[in-house]
Amino acid sequence: METQKNISRRNFMKLSGLTGTALTLGFYFPAQASEIGVITAEAAETLGIDLNAWISIDTTGKVTITNHRSEMGQGSWQSVPQIIAEELEVDLNTVHIVFAQGNNAKYGSQVTGGSSTVRGTYKKLLHLSATAREMLLEAAANKWKVPKEECFAENGHINHKPTGKKLHYGELVQEASKLEPPKAVKLKLIADYKILRKPLPRQDTPMKTNGTAIFGLDKKLPGMLYAVVERNPRFQGKVKSFDDTETKKVPGVKHVIAIKMSVFATFREGVAVVADNLWAAMQGRKVLKVEWDDSGFDHLSTDELYNRMNDDLKTKEGLSFRTKGNFASALDKSEKKLEAVYETPYESHSCMEPLNCTAHYQDDKLEIWGPIQGPDWVQDFLSPLMGLPKEKIIVNMTFLGGGFGRKAFMDYPHEAAVISKEVKAPVQVMWTREDDTTQGPFRPGMVYQCSGGVKDGRIAAFKAKIAGQDMDHQWPGAQKDSYLNSTTEGFLEPYFDGISHYSFSDVPLDVPIPVMWWRSVYASTNGFAFESFIDELAVEAGKDPLDFRRQHLGEERYQHLINKLEEVSGWKSRKKNEGYGVAITECFSSIVGEVVKVSKTADGKIKIDKVWAVMDCGWYVNPDIIKGQVEGSIIMALGAATIHATHFMDGKAVEQNFNTYKMPRITDSPEIEVHIVDNEEKAGGVGEPGLPPFTPALTNAIFDLTGTRIRKLPFNLDTV
Amino acid sequence: MASYKLKINKVDHTVEADPKIPLLWVIRDMIGLTGTKYGCGIAQCGACTVHLDGTPIRSCSVPISVAANKNITTIEGLSEDNSHPIQQAWIAEQVPQCGYCQSGQIMAATALLKKNPNPTDKDIDSAMQGHICRCGTYPRIRKAIKTASHLMAQKSSTK
Repeated sequence: METQKNISRRNFMKLSGLTGTALTLGFYFPAQASEIGVITAEAAETLGIDLNAWISIDTTGKVTITNHRSEMGQGSWQSVPQIIAEELEVDLNTVHIVFAQGNNAKYGSQVTGGSSTVRGTYKKLLHLSATAREMLLEAAANKWKVPKEECFAENGHINHKPTGKKLHYGELVQEASKLEPPKAVKLKLIADYKILRKPLPRQDTPMKTNGTAIFGLDKKLPGMLYAVVERNPRFQGKVKSFDDTETKKVPGVKHVIAIKMSVFATFREGVAVVADNLWAAMQGRKVLKVEWDDSGFDHLSTDELYNRMNDDLKTKEGLSFRTKGNFASALDKSEKKLEAVYETPYESHSCMEPLNCTAHYQDDKLEIWGPIQGPDWVQDFLSPLMGLPKEKIIVNMTFLGGGFGRKAFMDYPHEAAVISKEVKAPVQVMWTREDDTTQGPFRPGMVYQCSGGVKDGRIAAFKAKIAGQDMDHQWPGAQKDSYLNSTTEGFLEPYFDGISHYSFSDVPLDVPIPVMWWRSVYASTNGFAFESFIDELAVEAGKDPLDFRRQHLGEERYQHLINKLEEVSGWKSRKKNEGYGVAITECFSSIVGEVVKVSKTADGKIKIDKVWAVMDCGWYVNPDIIKGQVEGSIIMALGAATIHATHFMDGKAVEQNFNTYKMPRITDSPEIEVHIVDNEEKAGGVGEPGLPPFTPALTNAIFDLTGTRIRKLPFNLDTV
Repeated sequence: MASYKLKINKVDHTVEADPKIPLLWVIRDMIGLTGTKYGCGIAQCGACTVHLDGTPIRSCSVPISVAANKNITTIEGLSEDNSHPIQQAWIAEQVPQCGYCQSGQIMAATALLKKNPNPTDKDIDSAMQGHICRCGTYPRIRKAIKTASHLMAQKSSTK
């Protein structure tokens, strides 16, 4: 699963155990050109260019691809090969994948975030594989001395149409590797796709049904020690002193050391217990006595945080993000006016695989293995902290047991590196579930103050003020008078045309609670506020909520999505005693609409009968992966809306494990039906955009059924 | 420290260990079978589920002293080549996303179908509700258990 450091042709051959030659093609980034070039490994070696290698075909016809993105469940392990197999005309099963190491000079950004794996790279991948195909065609035509036009590629072979002759790719790679890559290649029409847009099974599935997939915690190194860390439960607290007398008596415990790791502009301090097995380390930690220094910063509670945000919204205008027209006068002239405040909680990511990282520091070189979303970020971040040049930091990705944004942060690799350096041995650091749930970074809790007016059945004025932590404000030297870039994340672009007078501003909350991307980031909370308020305005205007949206979202793409939602959900033929709610949001270039149907059980509880989702993510790879991602997004949203939240008391997170930070279970899981829009728009994200519309669609449905508006999350479905 | 005899996936092992050490860490760190996962350590999530004499248990909360001399089956013992009907069904329905919880889910589903070859939705929910999947693969788990049930019925009718 890991690859050699320099993914040159030679190393590819070494990897695949070959002695012959191979056709290896990659991108290079010419210093002064905006275009990205395609080049063979031979030419790259001659020119001394660092090849961004993606694809190599050996003499047996086996195709090897480096997957530069991490696999945390979202399917990049499948999507990337599926794109390549299409234009290369090979069976997907002949494609072998290796995880790339961190190296952004080679691969460009490798951070798996922002649902960007496919939408950021598919054009390059299509182009690269079509280039390889054309070179193989040319090699065959040369060999047979026939016109290239008489040849076609199919299933790993080049065929000569008139004579029926055919050659396996492996027989052509030697000749093909000597050719100049064509400057321009023709890509297939969507209608001609044989592999793309097909629900092909994921190649990582068999490894995940027999226990052989290697996650971060499954990594073993010879002589490896195991560590757990007693960290100060207050995010900025320090270690004053510790007593390890009892800890050192635990058989297996080798070292007890005070450590600190970088968390944005501060350090998190703790005491690491390092042992020759994990159990011993955990036992040693239990009897460790640490005295903390918790002076010099506020010990915040949830109540204080939300009081502060609510007060800010009342007293401050905030930093203006986007305005048009004159909100105040338009509101004044409105027939009906409305104001509402929406509250969303802090959340833990709670990946099923708790944070962990394995590091080996030796002779001024650092190697890291772990469930890591951004291997190149880890290099960039650790380089100054560890005093090592980037090329001396090797970062290997394992499978990730969930990521959701948390594993794009670099604190846990830093901590593992510090401990390994200190104890002079390879070390695996495991965060217990309690560590993982309480230490953050968290999804920030946000409060929204929305006001607006309707006139002639339309939105005449719309204003949203947003209070909460700005993730960008946490970095050293951050400009804190700048607005939150994500203020309107999730809000639909056509509303900016459809509404004549609007105002968006934000009131950043400056508190030292570490916060980080959480699946769909600010859209996960913005979506709830904006799509609830749109719904409230629809009711004020006396309009059907779906029609109201149709009326404001003029673009054809939205009209199509709304029509599809209406059709599949049976919106118009809904019965009495059924509540229907709709919400539509956009993030990471994909638009998703969801309709939720609810009813009341005999004992008065709300039951979610069904969820319909329509995903428009433009150009796409694998409909089954998309459906899985939308299903999962809906269930993750359901948890944050109705089950769990992180609270703070005296500067510490309260919920520690799944007994108090409860998760949605199979019994909570509603029936979900996902539809994908077929179009030729640019590829959008898949892993996150299905999440934001669920919660407002649910609360809008509950309003439809009961007349009760839910403006604060989480809420209990049993006691609405 | 004491000496324990363990039978894991039909193979005998003798280990020296603290009597309180949970079976999970013995399986993962002493025997080296890493398919069984740590999720919470307090029997809340089911990621560590293995069979003890055929019954699904939370290996994070069962000490070695209790598991000794009994038949232990882990995900690796189900079948290496994914030929078990549950594994076949899991692949057919494309259940896993990140995959971390799936060993536990599969072990729980296997035990359910052994006891109840034709489970209803309700039976499935009550047998599986102790298992958390943060990726939200629950709808597919339901489907896959039904698919496995059919596969097993076919298999026994052709015997």
